[in-house]
Amino acid sequence: MMSLTLRSLGRFAIAAAISFCLGATHAYADDANVTIDNFTFTPAQLTVKVGTTVTWTNHDDIPHTIVSAGKFRSKTLDTDNSFSFTFTAAGDYTYFCSLHPHMTGMIKVE
Amino acid sequence: MSDHDHHDDVSNDKPGVSRRKVLECMTWAGTGVLWTISGGVPRSLGLVDSALAAEPTGLTFLQISDSHVGFDKPANPNALGTLEEAINRVKAIPTKPSFMIHTGDISHLSKASEFDDAERIISQAKLDVHYVPGEHDFLDEEVKFYKDRYGKGTQGAGWYSFDANGVHFIGLVNVVNLKAGGLGNLGADQLAWLEDDLKGRSKSTPLVVFAHIPLWTVYPQWGWGTEDGARALDFLKGFGSVTVLNGHIHQVMQKVEGNVTFHTARSTAFPQPAPGTAPSPGPMKVEDSKLRTLLGVASVNFKPGDQRLAIIDTPLQG
Repeated sequence: MMSLTLRSLGRFAIAAAISFCLGATHAYADDANVTIDNFTFTPAQLTVKVGTTVTWTNHDDIPHTIVSAGKFRSKTLDTDNSFSFTFTAAGDYTYFCSLHPHMTGMIKVE
Repeated sequence: MSDHDHHDDVSNDKPGVSRRKVLECMTWAGTGVLWTISGGVPRSLGLVDSALAAEPTGLTFLQISDSHVGFDKPANPNALGTLEEAINRVKAIPTKPSFMIHTGDISHLSKASEFDDAERIISQAKLDVHYVPGEHDFLDEEVKFYKDRYGKGTQGAGWYSFDANGVHFIGLVNVVNLKAGGLGNLGADQLAWLEDDLKGRSKSTPLVVFAHIPLWTVYPQWGWGTEDGARALDFLKGFGSVTVLNGHIHQVMQKVEGNVTFHTARSTAFPQPAPGTAPSPGPMKVEDSKLRTLLGVASVNFKPGDQRLAIIDTPLQG
């Protein structure tokens, strides 16, 4: 009985540890994607680890740009074009589309 | 728009049509809008035939906008073709306009070939064209193609003014230095220039101000407005006749506020949805048979008490 309980506890502990671990890291990815549909960045806010490459892809029938003042600026992205940027420094990077400035987004790099 | 209430500001003993009345009753989908200035008050005519009917006197000019040469998506795979159709209409006007104003987004991606194609087609009208840029015209790597072609005699990003037949025309640029979350932007330098340009002018000088993005707030959720547009409009206060011509929204919208008449033109390339009627302001795909009605012209006959104004619209097809 005791050993069973201990084993169960052990399994429980491992399961808990795994889900804790998963829970803590679910927002991170080695590379991450932002899509543009209907003049909207999705996800509007993305959290990534330092070193992650984020790729924006434009699905609209109109061109867009990705601009974070002083940090990065894409070429003009027509339909299905992409832009990638690798974040080597932590911080909050707000960005917008310079053609349609009401379109905004953020990448949080941790 | 079928009801014409004549209760507003037209007195029965005064011949002619008030500008407000004309604009209230006008509905049109135009590749271009023909304006004439009579007595300092701009009045819109149709592209074809109304020139015959109304025999415009004074200055007559044309507004075209948003040709987006290079656009080839489903909403209109042949933007250059529909531009050519519009220019063919212009060529067919019996009484030739004095010049054209293009309120921007001449090209779609600022490619040299797009500017070349646009110039080739537009020049077939054999009219002087006064341009202001749209945001699609500043996309080339070094941001110089537009200025190389259309920047002569302009200041800053491309603003300028000129006079024709006693009317003062002001071309403004509100598509550069846009801030995140913001709308169109004129900027301090341009506003200072505008204030200076207007200084000392008689208030009875008719003004026509043209810029790409609407200078008034049409629909901020879609960026349809200019952050500091109100400052420009302040400088225009006191002038007896002010007409603001804009593009960018690819549909006709009109507003009259005191002495100021606001008008946005249709695109010659593709329509966009009315504010809030779609998830976004992108190109609006309609049935092929309907496209040219949104680029072409719709007829409106306006009959006030004692003067008939016929606006004859000519669709691009047939």
